[in-house]
Amino acid sequence: MADEMDEMMEGGEIKKLMYMTRTAPYGTVYALEALEVVLIGAAFEQDVCMVFADDGLFQLKKGQNTEATGMKNFSPTYRALEMYDVEKLYVEKESMDARGMTEDDFIVDVEVKTSDELTSMMEDMDIVLNF
Amino acid sequence: MKFSIAVHEGPYTHEASDTAYQFVTAALEKGHEIFRVFFYHDGVNNGTRLSTPPQDDRNVIKRWSELAEKHGLDLVVCVAAAQRRGIADADEAKRNGKDADNIAPGFRISGLGQLIEACIQSDRHLTFGD
Amino acid sequence: MLHTINKSPYTKNSLDTCLRMAKEGSAILLIEDGVYAALTGSEITSTVETAMKKHTFYALSADLEARGIQDRVIDGIKVVDYAGFVDLAAENSGVQSWL
Repeated sequence: MADEMDEMMEGGEIKKLMYMTRTAPYGTVYALEALEVVLIGAAFEQDVCMVFADDGLFQLKKGQNTEATGMKNFSPTYRALEMYDVEKLYVEKESMDARGMTEDDFIVDVEVKTSDELTSMMEDMDIVLNF
Repeated sequence: MKFSIAVHEGPYTHEASDTAYQFVTAALEKGHEIFRVFFYHDGVNNGTRLSTPPQDDRNVIKRWSELAEKHGLDLVVCVAAAQRRGIADADEAKRNGKDADNIAPGFRISGLGQLIEACIQSDRHLTFGD
Repeated sequence: MLHTINKSPYTKNSLDTCLRMAKEGSAILLIEDGVYAALTGSEITSTVETAMKKHTFYALSADLEARGIQDRVIDGIKVVDYAGFVDLAAENSGVQSWL
């Protein structure tokens, strides 16, 4: 697997890659499997950022406890993103305000960006991956 | 132009796989290259050969297999998503101690890195999903 | 950039979020259940018509026809087939697939 990845990554230019995640955790698997893509993607050493918009920002809510549902609480993994050099985490301000959330609600440090700011960032990307 | 495609939903429940198939077919007809079609989330269910749709309906899985054979398409099913949902080739079945495999012709099972690589290598990436 | 919308605006907010984040002058293609946003005479119509001043709207013919709404499309929305979808994806600088 490591050899395979080394081969894939050889000689390429660095691309700007945005992960856009807009789904809440647990109700569907998209958030968890998006996170798995981000962790694997880190090995490719591209210029990545992750945007949490709409219900996606609920993934970052502090105090998740999944014990009674029997599901795995994957929220601590967001804290590990920094170790994978995924450091640019953005929350859309409009989505955050609409849900009555503030930066203090999140388990990781994020940068709050307005939709206008995200517009120009998105236009600047080589790839946007949606989950 | 080089395209890569991600399919995030299984067959029949959602139109994603149908739209992706029609897009890929139209792109090939126009002379574009399809670098890879990557099946993720429930999209891995597009890779089972055990599906038996009614005769008067389209056969979503067979259609992908035939397109792959005709054009040498690279159809990749994500291994992590496939393990959760019970899609296995002979190697996977053996490794995980299962009594059968079910991968459809033309599909192969590989890692998530194949999705990222496809994005990096292609001029355009499109996602079809829910 | 080409934005694709595959959700009905009556059940999901994909179109709203797209309109918040799409740069002026973008191409927006309605596919699958997203084509219901193309309906004329609906409560969504004025939202779409306002957005059409900033963006070019397209709708996928196969999905309009499958749903029986090909004759109820807002004037000015361009109807394209799958080949037209491929052209839009190729002509624009990138594709943002809103899910």
